Amino acid sequence: MSNLIDQTMIIAILPEIGLVVLIGLVLLFGGIWKGKRLKGLGWLTAAGLGVLIVLSLVFAGPQAENQLVWGNMLHHDWYGLVFRLIFMLGAAITAIIAMEYDYGQKSEFYILLLTSTLGMNLMASAADLIMLYLAFETASIPLYVLAGFLKREKSSVEAGFKYLLFGAMSSALMLFGFSLIYGFTGMTNLADLAQAVVQGVFPPSAVLVSLLLVLIGFSFKISAFPFHFWAPDIYQGAATPISGFLSTASKAAGFSVLLRVMFVVYPSLTGQWQLILGIISGLTMTVGNIIALTQKDLKRLLAYSSIAHAGYILIGISAASAFGVGSAVFYIGTYLLTNLTAFGAVALAGEKTGSFAVDDFDGLSRRSPGLALIMLVSLLSLAGMPPFGGFIAKVLVFAAGVRGGMLWLVAVGALNSIIGLFYYLIVLKHVYLYLPQEGAPKLTFPKPAVATLALLSLGIIVIGTLFSPWYHWALNAAQNLF
Amino acid sequence: MQFPIISVIVLTPVVTGLILFLLPGERKNLIRYTALTAAVIDLLLSFWVYLSYDITAGGYQFLEKFTWLPQLGISYSVGVDGMNAPLVLLTGVVMFTGVLISWGIDDRPREFFGFLFILATGVFGVFVSLDVFMLFFFYEIAVFPMYLLISIWGWKKTREYAAMKLTLYLFIGSMVSLVGALAMYFVSGMGSFDMFVLQDANFSVAFQRVWFPFVFMGFAVLGGIWPFHNWSPDGHVAAPTAVSMFHAGVLMKLGAFAALRVGIMLLPEGAKFWMPYVILLALVNVVYGAFIAMRQNDFKYVIGFSSVSHMGLVMMGFATLNADGLTGAGVQMFSHGIMTALFFAVVGMIYDRAHTRQIDELGGFAKKMPFVAVAFIVGGLVSMGMPGFSGFVAEFPIFMGVWQTQPWIAVVASISIVITASYIIRIVTSVFFGKMPESYADHIGDVALRDKIALGLLSALLILIGILPYPTRMVPLVTSGVENILRLLGGV
Amino acid sequence: MELVTNNLLTLILFLPAVTALVLALIPGKNEKLIRWLALAGSLVPFALSVVLWTQFNAAEPGFQFQVKLDWYEAINSSYHLGIDGISLTMVLLTTILTPLAILTSFNITDKVKAYMVLFMLLEMGMLGVFLSLDLLLFFVFWEFGLVPMYFLINQWGSEKGERTLWKGVTVKARTYASMKFMLYTMAGSLGLLLAIQMIGVAAGTFDLPQLFSIWKGVEGSFFGLDMESVKTIAFWAFVIAFALKVPVWPFHTWLPDAHTEAPTAGSMILAGVLLKLGAYGFIRLVLPLYPEQASQYAGVLAFLAVASIVIGALNSFGQEDFKRLVAYSSINHMGFVILGIAAAARVGGGPDATLALNGAVLQMFNHGISAAAMFFLVGVIYGRTHTRDMNQYGGLFPLVPVYGGILIFSSMAALGLPGLNGFVSEFLVVRGAWPVFSVYTAVGMIGLFFTGVYVLKSLKKVLHGPLNESWQGKLTDINFREIVVVAPLMVLMLWIGIWPAWILKVINWAAGWMF
Repeated sequence: MSNLIDQTMIIAILPEIGLVVLIGLVLLFGGIWKGKRLKGLGWLTAAGLGVLIVLSLVFAGPQAENQLVWGNMLHHDWYGLVFRLIFMLGAAITAIIAMEYDYGQKSEFYILLLTSTLGMNLMASAADLIMLYLAFETASIPLYVLAGFLKREKSSVEAGFKYLLFGAMSSALMLFGFSLIYGFTGMTNLADLAQAVVQGVFPPSAVLVSLLLVLIGFSFKISAFPFHFWAPDIYQGAATPISGFLSTASKAAGFSVLLRVMFVVYPSLTGQWQLILGIISGLTMTVGNIIALTQKDLKRLLAYSSIAHAGYILIGISAASAFGVGSAVFYIGTYLLTNLTAFGAVALAGEKTGSFAVDDFDGLSRRSPGLALIMLVSLLSLAGMPPFGGFIAKVLVFAAGVRGGMLWLVAVGALNSIIGLFYYLIVLKHVYLYLPQEGAPKLTFPKPAVATLALLSLGIIVIGTLFSPWYHWALNAAQNLF
Repeated sequence: MQFPIISVIVLTPVVTGLILFLLPGERKNLIRYTALTAAVIDLLLSFWVYLSYDITAGGYQFLEKFTWLPQLGISYSVGVDGMNAPLVLLTGVVMFTGVLISWGIDDRPREFFGFLFILATGVFGVFVSLDVFMLFFFYEIAVFPMYLLISIWGWKKTREYAAMKLTLYLFIGSMVSLVGALAMYFVSGMGSFDMFVLQDANFSVAFQRVWFPFVFMGFAVLGGIWPFHNWSPDGHVAAPTAVSMFHAGVLMKLGAFAALRVGIMLLPEGAKFWMPYVILLALVNVVYGAFIAMRQNDFKYVIGFSSVSHMGLVMMGFATLNADGLTGAGVQMFSHGIMTALFFAVVGMIYDRAHTRQIDELGGFAKKMPFVAVAFIVGGLVSMGMPGFSGFVAEFPIFMGVWQTQPWIAVVASISIVITASYIIRIVTSVFFGKMPESYADHIGDVALRDKIALGLLSALLILIGILPYPTRMVPLVTSGVENILRLLGGV
Repeated sequence: MELVTNNLLTLILFLPAVTALVLALIPGKNEKLIRWLALAGSLVPFALSVVLWTQFNAAEPGFQFQVKLDWYEAINSSYHLGIDGISLTMVLLTTILTPLAILTSFNITDKVKAYMVLFMLLEMGMLGVFLSLDLLLFFVFWEFGLVPMYFLINQWGSEKGERTLWKGVTVKARTYASMKFMLYTMAGSLGLLLAIQMIGVAAGTFDLPQLFSIWKGVEGSFFGLDMESVKTIAFWAFVIAFALKVPVWPFHTWLPDAHTEAPTAGSMILAGVLLKLGAYGFIRLVLPLYPEQASQYAGVLAFLAVASIVIGALNSFGQEDFKRLVAYSSINHMGFVILGIAAAARVGGGPDATLALNGAVLQMFNHGISAAAMFFLVGVIYGRTHTRDMNQYGGLFPLVPVYGGILIFSSMAALGLPGLNGFVSEFLVVRGAWPVFSVYTAVGMIGLFFTGVYVLKSLKKVLHGPLNESWQGKLTDINFREIVVVAPLMVLMLWIGIWPAWILKVINWAAGWMF
């Protein structure tokens, strides 16, 4: 172990370095540009992230084996890279959609977004409890602010505050869990901890308690039952692109650490947490879907649906196999694209008409056929219909569940997809079937946002039809945990 | 490399669908002609496949295979044998006629044809799949456009309810089957979804018996098997004409066919164990469906329930697991598909003119549109199983097959023939003959030439196959497909 | 020419269908062309069947002019045609009556094209039944013939009359009659269909010559029943189907309705040919396939036959409607056919059986001729008076002398006047049946007496008695076209009455080989 900074270490955090530079640039241009040109900040952020994604793909590819860098604080592996790509992609899309609105004309917005992304990136590759906690907070705190970013709107402020309170509480519990671990073992490195658990340094009861506490922290992040209840209020209150970001990138970040901790620290307890996660999974999707059924507000509906999706992802995880994790990672990636598209489309239409009530989406297909088609693609993908990504993702996690012997869970999942299909179809019914209100004009939307969404829809279809390369990545990432 | 004809057939509709979505929505005629072109291409190609399949060689032909998801052993693998070649043709015909019949749709034709073509791709895909995963993939593609097509362009009174009911039923069915298919995949230990591989997986008898009902019934829901048939009449009735045609004509075959491919062919021991029970369900379908059809007052519901009854015969043929029954079922799938497409086309034409489907309020259409009347009568005769028409060629062997397994079922099922005759006669006399109500008598004209072409094609197929089951290749094709199934069943 | 001779049966069978196709392609406005073309198209099969008759070697046993081609290999059914003396007679009857019926229909003005097309298809269906030597093919044509007949009654039947169905729904009488016809016959064929399927499964073939030789010998148990019971069940399925078609009392109720409502030409064919299908089914299928059962249950059949004779005659006598009267007379006459068949079945061979069968087949031919003539004549008078109620006729002889003469001539033939055709066949039946079913035959002869009664009643009501003045000056006599129709029938009546040998020769050999 050397303190010297070598090339590998730089490459390992290349995306993060890039993010810091990008934050600087946004800060700089935020001061220079005025008025209309501030919109350029969104472009800058998105373009910068795009460049970073390409750079990471080209240069930051890890060596074959699992490497620890920066004083064993960070992993340099495929697993981390895949998740980082997912986060940055999510941030870039959020930036493009947000830049059309007031809040998107402010440099703070992008700085917070990028900072949060930075934190998520570190979460995905953290190899140490300390690093993990720091990254966790770096990712969370900007999000609290972003959730309450619309200062003039009560609901937004309320959302921010709520999010802060719940977030603080859950991270406190998680921190307590971490402290238990450290207290009993005197270690913080994840891999070492696994050894400690196996060797029995760590009393079994304490292990279990720590496991539960840590799970609570993560459950909050991924909005799994019973720590899901914050999500709908906050998604509804926050600016829609931020809701999208919360429901995708932030959730993905939660999963990235959940997976890492479960498989690296607690492999010896697989039997136990497999069952716990299985039960959580079943409850999460059931609760999410059933409550979503009754929603009249599209943002809330999507919020509950995203809770349900966390449940599906958990099926893959609770299968506790490389296949399962690969499927879960694949699902997360697909879900990010899909849900961002859905939130994006809802954001565009909702902000334009000033309402997110499902009834106000009546006849969208007549007012804007293109956007309606995008909604169709994203919602059907969420429902798990081919040829969209959601189908193959769902099949993969179900397959992993069957493989892992969690047949009951797959059955619950199958039932849930039916409920899911039902309410997605109801939304589509409003969009396609009902006539718009008398005299409602045709809607036009900013070109870049629509183009992005169209591109994403295409992406959803590409993932759904040519799934092999993406699944290959997901499996590679999953291999790192075993 | 040979011309990938099957892939072209499968992908032409969806590519056309995408092209349609890019066309300006106001240019309706451009959209219609684009759709028609694609439909003609598919019709010709599927005829080509039907005619150039080498019966003496048998087996699967026109094979194409590409790896799709190698990590899980999923491949894009297509091919036709004697069993599905007729079904590909069926889809081609229904697609072509469906486009002709839907020419007059004025509300968002772009979206209509777009979704219809996505549906068509799904249907073609299922029929030619040689990979279980791929079969599910296309199966679901075939299900969701149905929802939109019914709920947007359907009959205002029931479309929302019916569309949702249909979609959920089918989705539930496919989920059940999917779980079964996944179990097959893992238990086989072959790491492949390829049907050829799974055929030789030697599943234990116990496994087959446990999982067969799931796999089979999941698909059979789409085949309209009692007691899960409920979605179908509602769906048929609510759907717009072309969609009803697709729906009853092709989609129900999809369910039956998938139940055969994945259920019977991959789990033959399970099939042998369960079929004596399945045949009872099919019997209920046949008799009860016909009886309910007789009791309906809505023209379209009559046809809807008649489909339930006729699909019961397909299931019954499957359930015999012998050469006669399976051959009959294979032919019946084609025959019923064409026949019911014809029926729904006619119902649509009449409803468009009279704006009612209550049988009591209709009458005298034979005078105004004699061609339609003749076509409907041809369909009706097929439906009754009248000799000389394709229905007889199909139903006779089914009954022969049933005689060889459970004779009393043949006797009971035959009642449906008389019931069918009575409701067909009822419709013919009160809709086509009799006196046309004054309320719309003056503004009803004959149908357009394109409608006549569509009906003419459909009726010609029904008659030709009925008279010449062999020269039209229908029966030899199916028989060659059945041989393969019997081989898997171990020569039952 | 060779091509024609080799495929004579196929040509006869399908020429009507070809004509139908050609007619279907002609625009419906050219009514005249359609009529003449249909007539020409129906005369060709007639000509061919005359050729057939001349080339047929009556002394050669078995089926002649056989054609066998693959049709439905999957279930071992083939396109197998062939004739013997019995079917040849029936083919001739069909091809004679069809052109006459079409000529009769020249006064149809509504939807001429559809009418003629259906008529040609009807002819094909009937010929197919007589020509088939494959059980499945037999059934195909058997059922197929229903359809055109249904539409002929339903569409071109009499305009008047209503019938009340359930729940106060009223439909036109012709709708009711056609539906009853269709459903009765279909329900009857259901058992036939099932029995045919069962035979197909058990014997593995539908080929009749093969079945004749193997079916009797099929042994073993089947579906848990012993072969004997299976055959008995199948036998009854066949019998009911054919008895419905003949029709034998008590399965006859569809017939008066159908006849009354059918157009004239339809009635001619219905009585002339369609009823023969049932009797032909008995002879061609029931006797050779189930000789034991047939012998065992011949008594029942004979009872029903006699009941048909007596009750048919009494019913007929009770009618006031001229057409209904003639319709019931068909039941009466067909009773003799069945009586002959039953007698032949009971003894299963020997001179009595041959005689009875001879009589039955000849009676089929004769009744075909005379019933067609009678229905035609009813049609002629109805076309002029627009009523069928005999009480409104009366003393029409002076107004329509030629018609009256023809009517009397035909009635006498139906009544069985020696010298005319009816006598020959009825005598043969009675002669053949007497040693077998003496009592039944005796009762049947009393029935014959009633026949005379109703025939005379109709003659009296129509032609004789006081003249109904209202017809004075309103009726025209039978016209040339109508005479052309009826003349060949009258010639045949007389010819067979005086010199039946030409036709009996053909029938006799075939009847002899039946056993």
